[in-house]
Amino acid sequence: MTLAIDVHQLTRRFGSFTAVDAIDLDVQQGEVFGFLGANGAGKTTAIKMLIGLLSPSGGTARVAGFDVLTQTEEVRRRIGYMSQRFSLYDDLTVRENITLYGGIYGLTDREIRERSDAMIDKLGLASSAKRLVRTIPLGWKQKLAFSVAMLHRPSVVFLDEPTGGVDPITRRQFWEMIYAAAADGTTVFVTTHYMDEAEYCDRLSIMVDGRIAAQGTPVELKSEFGVASIDDVFVQLARPAAAEAGR
Amino acid sequence: MKLANRVAALRAFVVKETRHILRDRQTLIILLLMPLAQVVLFGFALRTDVNDIRLAIVDAAPDEESLALRARFSGSGRFTTVATLRNPDQLETRFRRGEADVAVVIAPGLASDLAAGVPARVQIITDASNPNTGTTMQAYASTVVAAWQGDLRGARAGVRIKPDIRMQFNPTLESVNLFVPGLIALVLTMVSALMTAISLSREMERGTLEVLLVSPLRPWQIILGKVLPYLFLAFANVLTALLAAWVVFRVPFRGSLVLLLAASTLYTLVGLGIGVLIAARTSSQRTAMIGTMLGTMLPSTLLSGMIFPVASLPAPLQLLSNIVPARWFIVVVRGIMLKGAGVTHLTTELLVLTGMMLFLLVVATRSFRERLA
Amino acid sequence: MSEPGSPVVVRALSKTFGKTRALDNVSFEVRPGELFGLVGPDGGGKTTLFRILATLMLPDEGSATVLGRDVVKELWEIRARVGYMPGRFSLYPDLTVEENLTFFASVFGTTREAGYELIAPIYRQIEPFKDRKAGALSGGMKQKLALSCALVHRPEILLLDEPTTGVDAVSRREFWDLLGALQTSGLTVVVSTPYMDEALRCQRVALVQKGRLLAIDAPGEVGGRFPGDLYAVRGTPRHALIGVLREFPHAVSVQPFGDTLHYSDARTGLGVAELTAELATWTSARGIHDFDMQPIEPGIEDTFMALMGGVAE
Repeated sequence: MTLAIDVHQLTRRFGSFTAVDAIDLDVQQGEVFGFLGANGAGKTTAIKMLIGLLSPSGGTARVAGFDVLTQTEEVRRRIGYMSQRFSLYDDLTVRENITLYGGIYGLTDREIRERSDAMIDKLGLASSAKRLVRTIPLGWKQKLAFSVAMLHRPSVVFLDEPTGGVDPITRRQFWEMIYAAAADGTTVFVTTHYMDEAEYCDRLSIMVDGRIAAQGTPVELKSEFGVASIDDVFVQLARPAAAEAGR
Repeated sequence: MKLANRVAALRAFVVKETRHILRDRQTLIILLLMPLAQVVLFGFALRTDVNDIRLAIVDAAPDEESLALRARFSGSGRFTTVATLRNPDQLETRFRRGEADVAVVIAPGLASDLAAGVPARVQIITDASNPNTGTTMQAYASTVVAAWQGDLRGARAGVRIKPDIRMQFNPTLESVNLFVPGLIALVLTMVSALMTAISLSREMERGTLEVLLVSPLRPWQIILGKVLPYLFLAFANVLTALLAAWVVFRVPFRGSLVLLLAASTLYTLVGLGIGVLIAARTSSQRTAMIGTMLGTMLPSTLLSGMIFPVASLPAPLQLLSNIVPARWFIVVVRGIMLKGAGVTHLTTELLVLTGMMLFLLVVATRSFRERLA
Repeated sequence: MSEPGSPVVVRALSKTFGKTRALDNVSFEVRPGELFGLVGPDGGGKTTLFRILATLMLPDEGSATVLGRDVVKELWEIRARVGYMPGRFSLYPDLTVEENLTFFASVFGTTREAGYELIAPIYRQIEPFKDRKAGALSGGMKQKLALSCALVHRPEILLLDEPTTGVDAVSRREFWDLLGALQTSGLTVVVSTPYMDEALRCQRVALVQKGRLLAIDAPGEVGGRFPGDLYAVRGTPRHALIGVLREFPHAVSVQPFGDTLHYSDARTGLGVAELTAELATWTSARGIHDFDMQPIEPGIEDTFMALMGGVAE
């Protein structure tokens, strides 16, 4: 079976600085894959390469079966992307945002109408469909942004710190949406600073200074490092590196 | 806080602000080159010098003097005689059809009147549908008549023409001379109002203003710290504009440079007040920028007398132009540059500007609240 | 009732923006030398509260004093003695680390050298990068620089609004280590965070939600406010287990926590063994295997969710 994300020796240099240093990743279709790392470890650079926003200095990356460098268009049509804060237009209403993204991804008017009705209904936003996104609570926004990223039914969705600052209940509802998407066969590639959320992932990869320092299921990682939580794994891996870099 | 500390804090603020300016290379280069580019571009594009003026001559009874005058016009190089008429009745239709720009009506018996010492009457009628070129054409025609008159030998009574006021101190009739003061006003508005508004709203957006407000710094220290570096930039711009105007267009500078810089300081402070006011009432850099453009740049260009003479504006706009600082500042700069005027000649304008500055700085310091909301 | 010398006293504070009630009748006190945490999600009113305490905003109703001074009438007395770090990155990105620090020292009428002793433990960590532009620092380093800038004038109280938001787990720990050290040295610190786990580093925490204080207590005690008993449940497949447990007729809440689910039951006085047997039967009948459950002590996040009424904002 084709891997959803298949990365070999992917590298990106900025001048003399190597932000991403020969990383390998293999993510199965339908997997919830957590991508962890300290600020500046190279996570964002790696994601930008996977979604075709940045070209690699070396190595290969295939997403949804297509090469990110040579088949960028094919890749983009099959992925969804939600960044931390800037995915939605604050000055458009809930429905206008959905319609916009539907249009961008080339859905027909009917598909857009049907899917936005279903989405608004599912998110319980019926009474808020005409509100400006600016005026709805952060938790709703993030759930809406995720649904919008899923609107064109992508086979892989990238979520960059989707739950920062969100209240604990909404955070969990958000993860249930992630599970539901994964159960439908969508591959979810997610980054987070909440270490308890790392435990929710099927598999994890921890980046330290541009390299992948550890990879495996949460259970495997915890037993490998002989600790009780992913938080401890993360601290063991990232702390020495942080001290060195002066972070 | 002791005074020494306040001064140290202000100095630190100025140093910081200067660093912002120096490190934003692109903006700095644009700001420094702007006066140069504007003088050259506006100078060429906006000059209202007119060539090939279509001239209609009404000479009811040609004689030697009237022919001499007509020769003057055809020899001036600026006028093309499109019609020579016997009687002025046809003039109006010619004007209405747009066939002539200027008409010179020579009363019959020019030579005999001059010989008899009776004042000769030469009427200059100009198509005033475009007030700018109209004035200029009127002025050109008057110059030709005046030159002809000056060469008359033994003429005791002169010719009744009204010379254009501008000619007294702009004898070459080069319109670019009139624009340079306007450009200086425009550049200063840009540097003071626009740049202060942008740099202040940037601090709001960045969140640094929150920290500054919570510090013991008083609003006046923040405002003064913001303006001082820009004042120097403004001086640099004034000098560049003057230099460019002289090198490219030979625009003279007759007055006191110190007085001009002092007046520029005054005007910059007015602009600064406006910039702070706008920044205090807008929530983003972008809004502040558009607000400043509309609130200062447009009036400074259109209502200041820089391009259109204030007298040619409709009455309500003339009234409105009185609150446009550039309208007063341009008079000051023109006075200093072209007439060599001193403080005594410009008292009204300088007082109006000082009043505006005091008013705006008080309002700006007030509106620049000690709190966020 | 206010203890003498309470560095922060807030009485019935309310603030409304348009239709949003950002603060709704909030009262609390911070004790001298305390590390006091305001814990809650974004948009809960924490930032508004900090801005009022920092004299940046006027309350609609109620009163507040900082270091014994009224935030409305005595702002200049407060401003010189408070160290404030707003939620957003509040440094000049085009100035270097050192230039930022020097600038903020001068603004507060002091010098970098005079304040060095207090900031040394923090600043030493970023000093190797003192010639780097602040905009080029990593998230953790930026926050350390901002903290140094807030401390350089030796304030008597620190107000830190979400200093660790968007900062990675390691840098967050280091930042809290620094706060702990500052508090030990006698400084009063009021800090807000959306991360529930960070509340454990505070001496007392206030749980904030939608402009209201849900509870104020020592972090260890907050869990005691959880209504009923709590269990950590495991089972495979985990995703399916959530739904299966929610369908259980007596389930009150089922929330994922790390690699377990936290479960609470509507019935009281039920034995652990009894409940375990019941749930084991219920889940195995619905395709769950490897079932395991243990009673646990509720934590802050459990209490927070319970006090939120189980309803998201």
